[in-house]
Amino acid sequence: MDASHVVTKEKALFQRAFSWLHFREGAYSLVSFACAFVSVVITFSIVFVLGKETIAFFQSPDVTIREFFTTTDWRPTFDPPGFGMVPLMTGTLMITLGSALVAVPLGLASAIYLAEYAKPAVRKALKPILEILAGIPTIVYGYFALFHLTPFLRSVFGADRIEVFNAASGAIVVGVMTLPLVTSLCDDAITAVPRSLREGGKALGSTNYETIRRIVLPGALSGIMASFILAVSRAIGETMAVTLASGQTPNVTFNPGEAIQTMTAYIVQISKGDTPNGSTAYLTLFAVAATLFAITYALNVLARKMVRKYGSRYS
Amino acid sequence: MRQFQFAGGISPARRRQDKLFKSVCFIGILTACLFLIVLLWSVGKDGVDRINGDFFTSFASRFPDKAGIKASLWGSLWVIVVAIVVAVPVGVAAAVYLEVFTSSRNKLASFIQLNIANLAGVPSIVYGLLGLALFVRALSLDRSVLAGGLTLAILVLPMIIVVSQEAIKAVPRLYTEGSLALGATKWQTVFRQVLPAALPGIITGIILSVSRAMGETAPLITIGAVSVIRQVPDGLDSKFTVLPMQIYDWSTRPQAGFHDAAAAAIIVLVGMLLLLNSAAIVIRARSQKKV
Repeated sequence: MDASHVVTKEKALFQRAFSWLHFREGAYSLVSFACAFVSVVITFSIVFVLGKETIAFFQSPDVTIREFFTTTDWRPTFDPPGFGMVPLMTGTLMITLGSALVAVPLGLASAIYLAEYAKPAVRKALKPILEILAGIPTIVYGYFALFHLTPFLRSVFGADRIEVFNAASGAIVVGVMTLPLVTSLCDDAITAVPRSLREGGKALGSTNYETIRRIVLPGALSGIMASFILAVSRAIGETMAVTLASGQTPNVTFNPGEAIQTMTAYIVQISKGDTPNGSTAYLTLFAVAATLFAITYALNVLARKMVRKYGSRYS
Repeated sequence: MRQFQFAGGISPARRRQDKLFKSVCFIGILTACLFLIVLLWSVGKDGVDRINGDFFTSFASRFPDKAGIKASLWGSLWVIVVAIVVAVPVGVAAAVYLEVFTSSRNKLASFIQLNIANLAGVPSIVYGLLGLALFVRALSLDRSVLAGGLTLAILVLPMIIVVSQEAIKAVPRLYTEGSLALGATKWQTVFRQVLPAALPGIITGIILSVSRAMGETAPLITIGAVSVIRQVPDGLDSKFTVLPMQIYDWSTRPQAGFHDAAAAAIIVLVGMLLLLNSAAIVIRARSQKKV
């Protein structure tokens, strides 16, 4: 044996540690980690920015936290101002509930049809249609709601009952917008229920309906609920359609024919105006956005927990 | 599915119920399709007369029939190019890190993963406020193409990461293991095997992000982009407007002529989005055939 070919362990380690290749590997790994970490930085920036301005907002003498969340006088840019956010919350609630009335039944029914009844060819033809529905920008839905859906609603229910800007029109288009999300997640949840369970039901003499109702839907329940929660979360954050169609009138009402203002529409209104930087009215932007962020984030976390639950159920 | 029938098995009432349920489900999906058709048809009808050469080459105007989308079309292009140039390398690198370099047991990696999933659900208007505080104010980029592009980059980043991860996950283990067995380092394997094989999926993700960014209005309003501009951006520090903002501006004006201009701009916007999505579908289909 030639001794010069025997490389000691130490020498090998030394060469490895200082080789160009090894350095490059390390550098790439570091850069890629940094890129992945950017997402964490973004989350912290959101929390920091919203939190900082929101704290500044509540430190101002004009407003208290209690007043912000419980009173109904919302006139941040008026003199004297009012900082009771309840009208924005009821406005958002109207849109959310209304859109859920559209998206939940239609979305679930579509998903059941796609997963249980549609032939593969039909399914293949229908899925892209839902994708297009999901891909149309929200501003387009807003245009359609304002210039086509609202006139239609006014001609059906009477112009005296439906205002030019109204919650119903915005809620309906937001419902259609979130429908593909509900359909696609429910479809996933339903198809995750094992075939054997369905066949068991059929073998015992159930009709398709009975199998779906008693076996498939209960099995897919947590996934279905998660899709509803995500749809609600999406509807709460929806901006342009409701800004265009449902108005800029902070209004505590549960009449779908009236104009309202959602939290998101308020942010648009203030952003478009020239509210002085640093004023209390300007800080409301961040306080409202922080509320919005907290609600949607909580809903998303909840939905994810539920999805994980059903994911582990049949695997 | 075939129904096996036994004498006296399923009563007529249950059979009717079964049929009715199927019809109800079908009506559900039919309603969604009809809504799409009505929406596209009615917006198309409003705007189709305004689509002509001048519409693409004129700026916004006080006169509805002279108004065009030159500034907003170019603005959209500029902002999206900035967003993609920033978000794609970061997003793909992040996806490589999460898929290739960590195991699912890695606490930090699963924290990052969870965080990305949650970011994807943050309303776009919140990103707008982040852009306002971070880019417009703290970095004093003002209401420039760069500020708008970076805001949209942050917005589409989670989407690019998730789609790229899916694409990387779909690369057969054979490729990576073969490469490693031949003595390639991890990164040589990533650059020479994983990324080329995952490319169709990544490109699909990029196209989807472009179409998402192209339709966004709220975050750009929030960072203070103005909708009436009579110039094409000539650099990263230019002011800009984008197509959806132009549509919003025209929709809020009282004159009906502007509403038709808005509809025409919608035709252009939705037309581009449909083109992009079909491209994504074609790429997806072709890459599936190959494997």
